[in-house]
Amino acid sequence: MDFNILVGGAAGQGVDTVAKVLELILKKQGVEVFSHKDYMSRVRGGHNFHQIRFADRPLYSHREDLDVLIALDATTVKVHSSQLSAQSVLIADESYRTEISAGKALWLPLKEKAVEAGTKLTEGTVAVGAVLRLFDFDFAKVWPVLQSLFKVEIFEVNRRALELGYTLTEPQFKLEFTESQPKIMVTGNQAIGLGALAAGVSFYSGYPMTPSTGIMSYLASKMEEAGIVVEQAEDEIAAINMAIGASYAGARAMTATSGGGFCLMVEGLGLAAMTETPLVIAEIQRPGPVTGFPTRTEQGDLAFVLTASQGEFPRMIIALRDPEDAFYQTFRAFNLADKFQIPVILLGDQYLGDYYQTIPPFDFSGLTIERALAGEEVWKQTEHYQRYKLTENGISPRLVPGRCGTQVVLADSDEHTEDGHITEAADVRVAMTNKRMQRLEQLREEVQEPWVVGQTDPEIVLLAWGSSAGPVREAIELLEEDYSIGALIFGDIYPLPTKLLKDLKPNVTMLINVEQNATGQLAALIRQEALIACTHSILRYDGRPMSGQYISDRVKEVISK
Amino acid sequence: MTTEEQSQKLFDSDDEIAWCPGCGNFAILTAIKTALFELNKRPEEILMVSGIGQAAKLPHYIRTNGFNGLHGRALPPAVAAKIVNPELTVIVHSGDGDTYGEGGNHFIHNIRRNVDIAHFVHDNQIYALTKGQASPTTALGQVTGIQTKGNLDQPLNPIMLALAAGASFVARGFTGHQEHLINLMKEAISHPGYALIDILQPCVSFNKVNTHRWYADRVYELPKEYDTGNLSQALEQALEWGEKIPIGIFYREEKPTFSDHLVWLADRPPLVDRVWEPRDAEKFMKELE
Ligand SMILES: Cc1ncc(C[n+]2csc(CCOP(=O)(O)OP(=O)(O)O)c2C)c(N)n1
Repeated sequence: MDFNILVGGAAGQGVDTVAKVLELILKKQGVEVFSHKDYMSRVRGGHNFHQIRFADRPLYSHREDLDVLIALDATTVKVHSSQLSAQSVLIADESYRTEISAGKALWLPLKEKAVEAGTKLTEGTVAVGAVLRLFDFDFAKVWPVLQSLFKVEIFEVNRRALELGYTLTEPQFKLEFTESQPKIMVTGNQAIGLGALAAGVSFYSGYPMTPSTGIMSYLASKMEEAGIVVEQAEDEIAAINMAIGASYAGARAMTATSGGGFCLMVEGLGLAAMTETPLVIAEIQRPGPVTGFPTRTEQGDLAFVLTASQGEFPRMIIALRDPEDAFYQTFRAFNLADKFQIPVILLGDQYLGDYYQTIPPFDFSGLTIERALAGEEVWKQTEHYQRYKLTENGISPRLVPGRCGTQVVLADSDEHTEDGHITEAADVRVAMTNKRMQRLEQLREEVQEPWVVGQTDPEIVLLAWGSSAGPVREAIELLEEDYSIGALIFGDIYPLPTKLLKDLKPNVTMLINVEQNATGQLAALIRQEALIACTHSILRYDGRPMSGQYISDRVKEVISK
Repeated sequence: MTTEEQSQKLFDSDDEIAWCPGCGNFAILTAIKTALFELNKRPEEILMVSGIGQAAKLPHYIRTNGFNGLHGRALPPAVAAKIVNPELTVIVHSGDGDTYGEGGNHFIHNIRRNVDIAHFVHDNQIYALTKGQASPTTALGQVTGIQTKGNLDQPLNPIMLALAAGASFVARGFTGHQEHLINLMKEAISHPGYALIDILQPCVSFNKVNTHRWYADRVYELPKEYDTGNLSQALEQALEWGEKIPIGIFYREEKPTFSDHLVWLADRPPLVDRVWEPRDAEKFMKELE
C-alpha cells in the first residue's frame, strides 16, 4: 500500500487545514505518513499545495504521481491533473468541471454541501469527508482528531461538513496496514527545536526568515513550560551577537536563520570562533542569492558556510538528513560546541524544515548533556584565570563570569594573549592560531562517516548530503534490482569524513553527486578534501525538492548516456 | 588610602594602556572604578562589554569580567548576558561611532528592550581608532581626512534620540566634571532598566574642534531644581547645544524592565543555573504523537 494525495488551492483557502486534518487522521489510523508542503511567498491567492503520501512501510520522500487530487480551485486542476493516472481520482467542486486527460474526475457539490454544513469555509472539510469514504476510513478515529484541531464552535460545523462529504463518494481504494508501533509525526524544524530543548538550550535569539522561522516558533511555544527565553532580535546581527553573549555568560544558546540572515551573521560567526564561545547556528537554506525563492528549497549554501567569515578558524558543519537525524544531531551539536568551544552550524533546507514524517519516538535515555565547563580546580587557584590558556590540546579550561569565585573572565575579539588582552605580538599570534586550528584536527577524529545505503561494493555510487537522504534512499530502492548501486549520504560535512570515500573499491564505474544546487558543492568539497572527482552529477536547482522517483529517473538517464 | 586609591587598586588591570596621553578615556576609567567601588561592587560581579574603538578597549584596563566584541555590537551580547544572569552588573563602554553609527539599530532597539544595563558612550565626536573620520556626532561642516570638504551630514542628538525611543534613564556627562560624572555613573548603574550616559570627552589627537577647553567653556550642570520626571521638558532641554551645553540627568522613569516581563522565570534560578536533563524535554514529544 502506498498512496499519494495532493490537496491544492490558493493561499487563504484552508489548504493547510485540510492537509493537517488528513495528516493527523492518517497518522491516527497507524499508517506511515510523509507530507510535503509547496507554498508561495504570499498570504492570499497564488497556488499552494501539500502532497500527503501514506503507506504501510516507512516513507522517506514525497512522490509526484497521484492517487487522489483534491482541488480547491481551478488552478489546482489545471496544474496537477497531469500527475493523475488511470486509477486516480480527482475531487473538486462541480464549478471547476473541465476535461482531464487521465483518471476519474468526481465533480462534486463541495461548495453547496459546505454551505449546508454551516459555512462555505468548510469546502475543504467536505472534500476530506469524500476522500475518507474513498478509502473507507474508520470514522471512530476521526472525531478525536477533529476535536483536537478545532475549537468547539467550529468543530460542529466541520463534523457536519465531513459527514456530508462522506456521502458523496463510494469506496475505491483499499487500506492495508498492520498494527504498528507508536509513532510521532514531526517536521525537521520541530525536530531541531526539540533537539535543542533536550540539549538544554535556555536562550534563543533569532530574526524571522522563511524557512527557518519554524524553529523559533516551535521554541517560543515552549518558552513558559521549558523556562527559557526566546527573543526576536532587531536583526540577524543582533541575533547572533546576543546568542554569543548568552553563551559567554554560561547559558546554552542558539540562533537560526536562512542564507540571507546568515550573510548578516557572518562577522558574528567569526566572533564566536575568536572568543572561543560555543554556539549552535541552524541555517535553513532556501534558493539564493539574496531573497531568491523565499519559500522553496535548495542546497546552495554549503560552499558559503564552509568559508564564511574572514580569517581561519575551526568550525563544524552538520547537514541534517531527516527529522530524526535533525533531533539527534542538534543535540550533539550543543555538546560539540561546548567540548571544542567552537561554532557548530546545522545545515537544513526548506524541504527538511517543512515536511512532516512519521518516525519512531526519539530515545531520550541515551542522551547526556556535556557542558565541558571547568570547575573549582581551576577557579580556586591563586593565580589569575586565563581564558585562553595554551594547553596540550588547544582547549582552554572554560569558566563563566560570576560563577567562578573571585576570578574574572575576559573574552576578546582582537588577537589576544592567554589572559584575553589585546596583543600584536607575532609569537602570540602564531600560538593562538595554532591553538584554534588544533581543534580542527581533533574534529576530524570526531566526525561521523556518511550513511551507507544500497548494495555492498556497488559499481555505481551516489554521493549526497543533507535532506536528499530520504529521496536518495528511495531512489536506490527503485534502482537496486536492475543495477549495482549504492550511496554515501553525508551528515557531518565539515570537516569532511573521508574514510569511506577513500575505501571506495576500484570497481566503481560511476561516482555521481546528487545535489540540489547548480554547481555541485559537495563534489567540489570532496575533490578538495579527499582528492576524489565525481564522474557525473545530478543537480536540481529549480527550487523544487527531488523525489526518489526523480533521482531514479535521472540516474537512468545518466547511465544510458 | 583615599577612596580613589582603594578603587583603583581593587579594579587595577595589569594590561598596558594604549590611549594617548591626555585622552578623556582616562578620566572615564578613573570615574567608573570609583563609582563601582563606592557602590560596593566586586570585580567578579561586574561584566564590562564593549565593541571596537579606542573607548572600547576599556574592559582591558579594568579588572572585571569583560567581553570585547565586534565594532557596533556591544549591546546585543551585553543584554543577553544580563538576561541569562541577572546577578551580573552589566556595563557597556563604547564610542560614539560604535554606538550611534555601526550599532545604531541595536541602540534604538535595546532602548525598547529595556534590559537592566548601564551604557556609557565615550562621545569624542570623532572616530579615533581609525584616525579621525566623522562620527554620527561630528559637527556639520567639520573637516577631517575623509570629510575633506567638511562633514556633509548633520550630527544626531543622542539625548533626543534616546528620549524619543523611550529610554528610561538619559544623561549627559563630561570628563572635565569628574565628581559629577561619578555620581551620574552610580545613578545609571543603580537605575533598574537601560540607562544611557553620553559622556563628552575630548580626543586630543583627532578632534581639534571639540577640545577640553571647548567643552569646559560651554558645559553647565543642570540645576538641582530640574525635574527629571518631565519628558516634554527633557526633550526641550535636549535641544540645547552650542553656546551652552547642559550635563546631568535629563530624564529618568522607573518602568518594567525586560526581566520583569519574564514572569514565567520569576520563581526560577537564573538561566545560567538552570538544572536540566534531556528527559525533561520528553514531555514535548508527547504532543507530536
Ligand atoms: C565591521 C567593522 N568596520 C569597521 C571597523 C573599523 N573601526 C574600528 S573602530 C571604528 C570607529 C571608532 O570610533 P568610535 O566608536 O567613536 O570610538 P573611538 O575610537 O573614537 O573611541 C572603526 C570604523 C571595524 N573594526 N569593524
